[in-house]
Amino acid sequence: MAGVQVSDVSRIFGAHKALDDVTIDFADGGFYALLGPSGSGKTTLLRQIAGFDFPDSGRISIGGESVERVPVEKRRIGMVFQNYALFPNMSVADNVAFGLSVRGEAKAVIATEVQRALDLVQLAKLGVRRPHQLSGGQRQRVALARAIVTKPRVLLLDEPLGALDKALRVDMQIELKRIQREIGITTIFVTHDQEEALTMSDRIGILRDGRLVQEGPPEEIYDRPKSEFAATFLGDANIFRGDTTGNGIRLPDGTAIAAGAGATLAAGTKASCAVRPERIRIGTDTGAADGDANMLKGQVSKRIFAGNNSTYFVERAGQTLKVIVQNTGADRLAEGQDVVLRWSPESTVLIAAT
Amino acid sequence: MAVRGAVASRSGLRSALPLLAPAYLWLTVAIFLPLSAMVFFSFMTDLPLSGKPWAFTLGNYAAFFSQGLYLTLLLASLRLGLEVTLWCVVIGYPAAYVLAKVLRGRSREAIFLLVILPFWSNGLVRIFSWAMVLREGGILDTALNAVLPFRINIDLMYSYPAVIIGLVHSYVPYMVLTCYLTLQAIDDSLIEAGRSLGASRLQVLKRVIIPLSMPGLVAGAALIFVPVVGSFMEPRILGGRTGTFYGTVIEDQFVAVFNWPLGAALSFILLAVVLVILAVASPVLRRAA
Ligand SMILES: Nc1ncnc2c1ncn2[C@@H]1O[C@H](COP(=O)(O)OP(=O)(O)OP(=O)(O)O)[C@@H](O)[C@H]1O
Ligand SMILES: [Mg+2]
Repeated sequence: MAGVQVSDVSRIFGAHKALDDVTIDFADGGFYALLGPSGSGKTTLLRQIAGFDFPDSGRISIGGESVERVPVEKRRIGMVFQNYALFPNMSVADNVAFGLSVRGEAKAVIATEVQRALDLVQLAKLGVRRPHQLSGGQRQRVALARAIVTKPRVLLLDEPLGALDKALRVDMQIELKRIQREIGITTIFVTHDQEEALTMSDRIGILRDGRLVQEGPPEEIYDRPKSEFAATFLGDANIFRGDTTGNGIRLPDGTAIAAGAGATLAAGTKASCAVRPERIRIGTDTGAADGDANMLKGQVSKRIFAGNNSTYFVERAGQTLKVIVQNTGADRLAEGQDVVLRWSPESTVLIAAT
Repeated sequence: MAVRGAVASRSGLRSALPLLAPAYLWLTVAIFLPLSAMVFFSFMTDLPLSGKPWAFTLGNYAAFFSQGLYLTLLLASLRLGLEVTLWCVVIGYPAAYVLAKVLRGRSREAIFLLVILPFWSNGLVRIFSWAMVLREGGILDTALNAVLPFRINIDLMYSYPAVIIGLVHSYVPYMVLTCYLTLQAIDDSLIEAGRSLGASRLQVLKRVIIPLSMPGLVAGAALIFVPVVGSFMEPRILGGRTGTFYGTVIEDQFVAVFNWPLGAALSFILLAVVLVILAVASPVLRRAA
């Protein structure tokens, strides 16, 4: 097992920078999610690490060893493809055995290792089937067993759960996480799905237009986004834009918003504040602000009831704010009602304008 | 559900009948009638032309077994078919691989056209162009002697290699096309998956690509082997005196000796032998794939 270091990697297709100076350190044994919109370079980055494609500049090393001149088959990686890429001319067991067999392992060793891998993904009984006789989730697990049976140093997964329906997806997330913990392999997981990234990974890297926008543990990225893009791409956020005051920003209409988190910026520059919808309290009490809490007045334009919570859309000075309220049994607010929003400065992240 | 499906397919067949009718009519007229006429001829002592007397006989078939020459020629033709098919695999498969998996866009179209071109050119033109290239003092001879410092005589004309070259050139497009189609259908991610599992390019080719392209290889081989075994034009023109094969003997019966009954009988024996070979080979090949 080994960590992966990607340093200053760029990959240019024609005039298009698919990867633009990306530097990430994937720690040994960690579960890393690469998140980003379509076309942001996630697959391209994974292919550079796997060795299917080569960077125009920058370095990649696996386990401290530079892999520039190492072809795919010598990199000792395991890869799970979005379409699974199982060999249709082989049984499930032969698929899983492939990596060991090309390495020239003894038949007996192959048989036990294959059985162990199939046990691990809970498909012990399906070894004789052909890939086309399996369900989507089963194929996914065969692809995983095939990738890990060779004991690779790194496991690369390109949207492996993308083709599965929601319920199966959640099952597979738990399964994948269990297997990853059990064998402790460095895992790099590409996904579109922010919830998947948040729940599964130790660290998340957000890519946009080939650039690494932010990187860190899920809590940090969610609670301390460094850009408006990161704040809105990973979860929901209300964004306020204005001029920096020293401890927050002043909106164009003069309202001050205090921010207790995020960047430290010189007064007078343009900046934004991000507030998560679930951090805002909504009420009708128009009394003065308690302590130094932020306070805004607005009017409910829409309410969406979702069982365990409700989302309120509140109109305020031409901006629609989003507030999520847990269903605690308290009175619900009606559409059209005047309301007061309050939240603490600690829940407000100051972001430099880009 | 199953019952309803069966009913639906039966009524589907009925409504398809008017659509199928022209095809069946055409098959009857173009293949079945002439072929049955030939079957009929093969059992006659002579052609019923200008009131000549004729009778039914098994003699034409017996001739094949009584004269060793026919069997010898048949074996030579089968060997020719096998060799040409093998050369077509050796040349056509890599070409198809490069077309399907290496080239992209414009260059693919251009190379594709080059491969298909002999297919579209007239057979006789093709063969006589080879005659120009292969004979002594021909294009190949002149070109090689212009480049090489010493003198060599290249005269491939009227030889077995000339026949092979001509036939391979005529038939290799079939192999390229059938293999290209199956290779095209193989997902590139299978190749990448194989490599990520530690297999070299060669191992991926052997264990994944070739088994998956078996149907194309088999189809191409069948399309080439059968007509080559019965071929007469290339052996005759490029082979000269060495170019006597089973196919040329059959042709002689029809165009030179006017012994149609013997020619027909020899053709049906060839057809039977080829069918037996295909029947024996297909399960073996299917298992390999
Ligand atoms: N071989 C290539 N030739 C030219 N451009 C390419 C090539 N591969 C990728 N690109 C471009 O690079 C950019 C990044 O592609 P990439 O496949 O990495 O995106 P992605 O983040 O994986 O997107 P998705 O979520 O849709 O899979 C895209 O704009 C794509 O068009
Ligand atoms: Mg992708």
